[in-house]
Amino acid sequence: MSIPAKPSSSRAAEAIAACRVDPTAAAVELTDVSFAYDVRPILSGITMTIPRGKIVAIMGASGSGKTTILRLIGGQLRPKSGGVCVGGLSVPDLEPEALYALRRKFGMLFQFGALFTDMSVFENIAFPMREHTELPEELIRDLVLMKLHAVGLRGAAHLMPAELSGGMARRVALARAIALDPMLVMYDEPFAGLDPISLGVIGQLIRRLNDALSITSVVVTHDVYESLKIVDYLYFVSEGRIVAAGTPEEVHASSDLFVRQFIDGAPDGPVAFHYPAPAYREELFADVG
Amino acid sequence: MSVELTAGVAQWLRRIGGAVTGAASKLGFASRFLLAVLWHTPGAFRRMHLTLREIYFSGVLSLVIILMSGLFVGMVLSLQGYETLKRYGADEQLGILVALSLVRELGPVMSGLLFASRAGSAITAEIGLMKTTEQLAAMEMMAVDPLARVVAPRFWGGVISMPLLAALFSAFGIFGGYVVGVRLIGIDAGAFWGQMKAGVDVWPDVTNGIIKSFVFGIAVSLIAVFEGYDAKPTAEGVSSATTRTVVMSSLMILALDFVMTVFMFRGASVI
Ligand SMILES: Nc1ncnc2c1ncn2[C@@H]1O[C@H](COP(=O)(O)OP(=O)(O)O)[C@@H](O)[C@H]1O
Ligand SMILES: [Mg+2]
Repeated sequence: MSIPAKPSSSRAAEAIAACRVDPTAAAVELTDVSFAYDVRPILSGITMTIPRGKIVAIMGASGSGKTTILRLIGGQLRPKSGGVCVGGLSVPDLEPEALYALRRKFGMLFQFGALFTDMSVFENIAFPMREHTELPEELIRDLVLMKLHAVGLRGAAHLMPAELSGGMARRVALARAIALDPMLVMYDEPFAGLDPISLGVIGQLIRRLNDALSITSVVVTHDVYESLKIVDYLYFVSEGRIVAAGTPEEVHASSDLFVRQFIDGAPDGPVAFHYPAPAYREELFADVG
Repeated sequence: MSVELTAGVAQWLRRIGGAVTGAASKLGFASRFLLAVLWHTPGAFRRMHLTLREIYFSGVLSLVIILMSGLFVGMVLSLQGYETLKRYGADEQLGILVALSLVRELGPVMSGLLFASRAGSAITAEIGLMKTTEQLAAMEMMAVDPLARVVAPRFWGGVISMPLLAALFSAFGIFGGYVVGVRLIGIDAGAFWGQMKAGVDVWPDVTNGIIKSFVFGIAVSLIAVFEGYDAKPTAEGVSSATTRTVVMSSLMILALDFVMTVFMFRGASVI
């Protein structure tokens, strides 16, 4: 693994300029994005396009940098180099107020739901409405019930998050993510740790909500099977690089070694089974001399 | 051999240097954090119900432990004080001794220590867990600043509760002292209260006690919210942050108490 060469500053400038020229083309555009925690490179040269109204999956093993990509899109992290454009705005260049204004148009489903544990299901979904709107209480109530109805949990409004099953908590978090009718919803591992039924339910909900509310969706996951059923396009990320991309049909037909390993779940392949280590023989017999 | 020794010393020095710069940068971060919390205070006060809720959690729910401790401390103080004063034939002065000790020192310090271990640790654990379960990140992504919504109300809840708790601690302590001194030992009630009224002044005694408890409230609340916010988002991270809150707050209370006492006595021109 080598530290990627920095793109020339003119290229970075181009990327930022590209944000402003054509604000209607794609919802999200990453151009040659690199990111590192301190000196440890996490992402290098990521370029991806997420068109309006589509569902795009970012797939990769744990620790490959998927969540980091979402945080870059949401402006919680700034790229070391490259451009991040959302809705025609360059996210890393936004002032805090403008960033917060942009985030009001985002919904995000966190890895384990991240419901506020000290509030009921109802209050969790009402939270963004109360924070960002001056709506009267009756209207908030109706809106919350509508969102809960959309995920099939209107009857659970009075429960506390601790009383929900994993699948239900994920659905409540989904309802909260769409509370303010966002233009972009980001899902971080929406399928992780769910039983097969809940998994199918969440998958279908993501597709249905995307189409019904004309949202753009980014789904970060390592669940190939479920995402191939619902998404429009997939990017495969490994060790911070995009190693493959395509529509579900292309991915099914792909002969790319990495894609095949991922789809077939083979333990060894381009992604090695062994963490880098000294030669086995040498280490075992080191003290034998 | 000498190469190894040099390397060992170098590593040792590096570790010390690392600890020092680590502490310095944490202190800097904490100061900036305090400024950020103060900056977000108007926003937090606009949502007053949040702060009131925190006053309930850290103040009202600490009442039982504070009042019980106050009572016992007052009773012990009375017993011990009587034993000593009797030797000088000054047992009539018991009221002053109990009241001054409580109002000036034991009230603020003891209730500060109790507050740190009961409310401070709870605040750290709660914020740390909210961070670990990504609730704070979720809030940020919903364009709500956790400093305004989560941190500032808890900070002010603590700062407001602390002087009230200290006052109640002292009041119950004095009552405990009365029970033991007058009811049990049999000192004249008139002398007990009369001496106290004559010997304890609102300024400087009571005021200084209030100032102390207010400063302790700021210190404990700041440490508690900071350690929670700064916790490593893992189970061990939260547990060690909670421990740090109790240890740091307690040391801070005792150190600040000494410094403030020096200044207050100088003000009263005793030194
Ligand atoms: N706050 C952080 N500080 C340092 N390293 C981090 C931090 N967060 C994540 N990482 C590292 O970045 C890499 C990518 O993380 P992440 O984007 O969360 O992966 P994924 O979501 O694909 O599992 C991981 O190796 C992780 O250890
Ligand atoms: Mg992740």
